[in-house]
Amino acid sequence: MLNVGLDHFLVVSSLLFCLGIFGIVTRKNAVMVLMGIELILNAANINFVAFSRYGNFGYNGQLMALFVIILAAAEAAVALAIVLNIYKTFATVNVDEIDKLKE
Amino acid sequence: MNIYDFMFYLFAAITLVSAFFVVTIRNIVYSAFFLLFTFFGVVGLYILLAADFIAIVQLVVYVGGILILLLFGVMLTNKITSVQIKSGTFQILPAAIAVGLFAGILTASLLNTNWKTFETEIPATTAYSLGNLLMQEYVIVFELLGVLLLVALIGAASMARRNNA
Repeated sequence: MLNVGLDHFLVVSSLLFCLGIFGIVTRKNAVMVLMGIELILNAANINFVAFSRYGNFGYNGQLMALFVIILAAAEAAVALAIVLNIYKTFATVNVDEIDKLKE
Repeated sequence: MNIYDFMFYLFAAITLVSAFFVVTIRNIVYSAFFLLFTFFGVVGLYILLAADFIAIVQLVVYVGGILILLLFGVMLTNKITSVQIKSGTFQILPAAIAVGLFAGILTASLLNTNWKTFETEIPATTAYSLGNLLMQEYVIVFELLGVLLLVALIGAASMARRNNA
């Protein structure tokens, strides 16, 4: 078995990305779609940190991962506020039933 | 197989298996708890990549913040009286085929690419260097992110509290 290197981390992150895509396209609940987005952001972060470790870029990759984490936190807060509003208006959070911009 | 490889395979298995359960299990609360294990697995991968500060931030922000937020979202948008909080799914088979194909192509292209890797020595700690970068080269980004977090905070609070839309 070959030693763990950059390829192994990249494969893990690509599989995590695909699982996130699968969650986004198959789930109806909006909160589950958000969980898929978090999986995808984590996959991107693994790539950033892996290239930061095996590349020759100093710590820039890790700093990008830090920025992604901050953006993910802001995104989750705003998205959940929107989901709560949708639930108040339509009494459902299934993304396939919400097809009106106004009540 | 040395201890580093063993730990890598352990954390990769934790991450991928629990991520698989996150997207396939029907109960949303169980999904949220499997997401916890996914985040822990990713923390392990960060530590294996010698990114200790990122690992701690991941633990604090994702597990302590985002996951709790998602759980609140689940509980506030479902009737608690119904015992089973389920999420409907649709088009499982076409999605599985398409995502499987995409994963195959992505992994094959990753493995066939000749990545140029450098042997850098592993630092004892990364917080000092990250702090220096953050306060010198990336100081504008840092300030902008602070403003962004404030805007997101105010925006989320005002949107969630609006009574009559």
